[in-house]
Amino acid sequence: MNRLLIRNGRVVDPSQGLDQGMDVLLEDGCVAAVGERLETPAETSVLDAVGLVVAPGFIDLHTHLREPGFEYKETIFTGCRAAVAGGFTAICCMPDTEPVNDDPAVTGFIRERAEQADLARVYPVGAISEGLEGAELAEIGEMAAAGAVAISDNHRPVSNALLMRRALEYARSFDLPVAVHEEDLDLSDGGSMHEGGVSTRIGLRGIPSSAEDVMVARDLLLAEFTGGRLHLCHLSTSTALDLVRVARRRGLAVSCEVAAHQFVLTDEDVAGANYDPNWKTNPPLRDAAEVESILQAIYDGTVDAIVSDHEPHHADDKELDFSDAPAGIVGLETAVPLALDRLVHGRVIGLMQLVRLMSTRPAEVFGLPGGSLREGAPADLTLLDLRVLRTVDPESFESSARNTPFAGMRLKGWPAATIVGGKIVWQGGRVGPR
Amino acid sequence: MAVEKAEALTGKDVVGIDRLSAGEIQLILETADELLEVARRPIKKVPTLRGYTVVNLFMEPSTRTRFSFEVAEKRLSADTLNFSSSSSSVTKGETLFDTARNLMAMAPDFIVIRHANSGAPHRLAEVIPASIINAGDGINEHPTQALLDAFTMRQRFDSLEGLKVVIAGDIRHSRVARSNAFLLDKMGAEVRFVAPASLLPREAEDLGVSTFVRLEPALEGADVVMMLRIQLERQSKMNFPSMREYFDFFALTPERLALAAEHAVVMHPGPMNRGVEIDSVVADGAQSVILEQVTNGVAIRMAILYLLAGGRSESPSDS
Amino acid sequence: MTADSSSQTRLLQVLDEAGMDRTIARMVAEIVERDGGDVMLVGIHTRGVPLAARLARAIEGTAGRKVALGRLDIALYRDDVGPWRPAHQQPVLKETVLPGPIDDRIVYLVDDVLFTGRTIRAALDSLVDYGRPRAVRLAVLVDRGHRELPIAADVVGRVLDTTATEDVQVRFAEVDGEDGVWIGREAGDGG
Repeated sequence: MNRLLIRNGRVVDPSQGLDQGMDVLLEDGCVAAVGERLETPAETSVLDAVGLVVAPGFIDLHTHLREPGFEYKETIFTGCRAAVAGGFTAICCMPDTEPVNDDPAVTGFIRERAEQADLARVYPVGAISEGLEGAELAEIGEMAAAGAVAISDNHRPVSNALLMRRALEYARSFDLPVAVHEEDLDLSDGGSMHEGGVSTRIGLRGIPSSAEDVMVARDLLLAEFTGGRLHLCHLSTSTALDLVRVARRRGLAVSCEVAAHQFVLTDEDVAGANYDPNWKTNPPLRDAAEVESILQAIYDGTVDAIVSDHEPHHADDKELDFSDAPAGIVGLETAVPLALDRLVHGRVIGLMQLVRLMSTRPAEVFGLPGGSLREGAPADLTLLDLRVLRTVDPESFESSARNTPFAGMRLKGWPAATIVGGKIVWQGGRVGPR
Repeated sequence: MAVEKAEALTGKDVVGIDRLSAGEIQLILETADELLEVARRPIKKVPTLRGYTVVNLFMEPSTRTRFSFEVAEKRLSADTLNFSSSSSSVTKGETLFDTARNLMAMAPDFIVIRHANSGAPHRLAEVIPASIINAGDGINEHPTQALLDAFTMRQRFDSLEGLKVVIAGDIRHSRVARSNAFLLDKMGAEVRFVAPASLLPREAEDLGVSTFVRLEPALEGADVVMMLRIQLERQSKMNFPSMREYFDFFALTPERLALAAEHAVVMHPGPMNRGVEIDSVVADGAQSVILEQVTNGVAIRMAILYLLAGGRSESPSDS
Repeated sequence: MTADSSSQTRLLQVLDEAGMDRTIARMVAEIVERDGGDVMLVGIHTRGVPLAARLARAIEGTAGRKVALGRLDIALYRDDVGPWRPAHQQPVLKETVLPGPIDDRIVYLVDDVLFTGRTIRAALDSLVDYGRPRAVRLAVLVDRGHRELPIAADVVGRVLDTTATEDVQVRFAEVDGEDGVWIGREAGDGG
């Protein structure tokens, strides 16, 4: 018997509408009981969660682990350490590895490495097209059988509309969501930041909001037409979010996500960074009005999930000019504190809604176990300390990479402990139980 | 509002007009006034920067700008070292920062850099102790060009305040247009951008300019008409269809020039595409100050080197 | 040199307006006696310029002919441009205007105070870039000693015995609103 009792915490579980001081008993990798003042059975470890929030484990639908192929940036092992340090019990990793995850062998390899790390659960996202080349379908069925939970060509868009249609249709046989990075590459025209007054002022080529909007419109219509399951990655514009609302009114079941940095930083922050590529993301950091609309969409439930969009890069990769440097920032260890600080303490949403956005809804959207503390649910929990004020220190990241624009930012509300399968995998700033 | 000149430049670099105050701009212009005289002497040389080393790091092709900088450096008796992209190790995959760090081992006092990427001089300035002078970064800025343009306008009009300046061409990709817009706005002039909308930057009004999609209405009352080179190398046919069409509708011909003020002057940063953005008659005509721009370029570049020179709190050999 | 009236500096006037007039008249006589009226006077910025103008006017009165008058800015020739100078504190450039070619002419460099001699050395370097004068002579209103280079003046208005830390101020009505020469001593300075 393998028992862990989490006592005195504030249990917040959207799946049961629960927000109450309660104890949680975990046994053999599952939730055995949730109740007030539970009795401690024999042979039980006890974790005193006084002052902490106890939530179903946070699930990140969008991470980039760099293994196989780019281990110098991040490995599955270091990525999993970063995940649990960031409060995530499960992560979904994108297929842009080398070789691309377009083959069950690669899918299986990723799962195996994750199992060896024995930290967070890793759900691979398989490629839509062979080699991410956007021409031919990858072996979606085989990958599903090997454990893929969704398909995507992230970080590339699917430029060919016919391929997108076929992917939406074909994936229906395996009930897989099709997750898409929405960008019309022609409209992007070599841009590296949001096209607007700021890009004009600091002389960088811009990526207009329309580059995202036209593709979102296209794919919503294709999803309607095909009946496929569409999931829109890291939306960044007010129009894209409006189009989602319109599509839902027309009856489409579509899901969408937003990355934490997208509701915290704007293009003005890029201007203030003296062309430092740690502020270069794709989609780019938009202007204040767009960011405001993202916050609105989080509040009104248009957004289903908040993700990290963790994109580790080695310092050498980022030591290039803004236009040449690869886009992307690390996110696993900053997503939760950014969300707690800006959304919960910032009074945009309540704690229940936050847990829904980072646990319950992600599980539903990709059909994953978790997101709930009902009896029998997996023993994956995220414990949060809402009171603690800490500075983001990249040198202390578990991730191998340091490419973040948030260094030195003081945030209130941080993960306190992460439990996977009934085992404490991260606590008190260290991997493993204290 | 006469602009009072600053006592000295505040930073160690000149990376853009955006970071210069009106007072600093005035100081550079007035210093260049005095340095013009060096070109008229029998010995066109002063010993002011003797012992100083200037590296010309041109990662983008350029003949005239580099030549102008070299003349300026040599007239001040500085030692010059030239690195161009075809000969540099950057083609072997070395990053700009590594190239610059290797150069720093020779302890240059100045690095004059032209680069295809916006922001390259700004980032270098942060990490390299030498004084960085931007000779053109991507589509962002070309500060010495704007300064010599302003200097030329001042020679003809005494003051920049209230001057109506038309800038026409591929504005979207023009660092000359942007630096000029920043400078003229700071000094109280009125700037009009002219280009088909496909060649105008978004929200250009944020730069303090007004925009026109045809040339004729913009020329009314203009004191200065600055034509930019239509950049064949950066152009694709999606921005405008042909050279012929550009000439027919957007080029500065004698008929169009007549729409401007009678005393209007014609400027061009060079090199000119005769018969594309500017008619030869206009380029060589009485109102053209294009050659004066070139002479003034040397004086402006001398002024910047002079004003940035001097000790620093750490000597360049410290890293 | 500027007066710092906020510190404990005592100013002692050593020459008043009348005294300056007499001194300048005597300098004029020496110049005319030595070289006649056919000289070029070049004033060194800042106060060498009004001094040269006054000398030129007086010489014209005596010799009855126009005297070539120019002014020189030595900032580009200073020997203290470099790591010794605080960053980016370059002296503001003033204009250099010579009234004509200097080849084979007698050129008088004119300055208000001769001290270390470095200014004159820079002025000589500058002149040499303009041509080859027959002779270069130096006329100064005040020679205060403490030379750091082997430079001597040909025509001196007044010799002042100063310590190195004392401050000598020459004022001209054209620039400062009044005429006169003062020595500034720090309170507590010996003698």
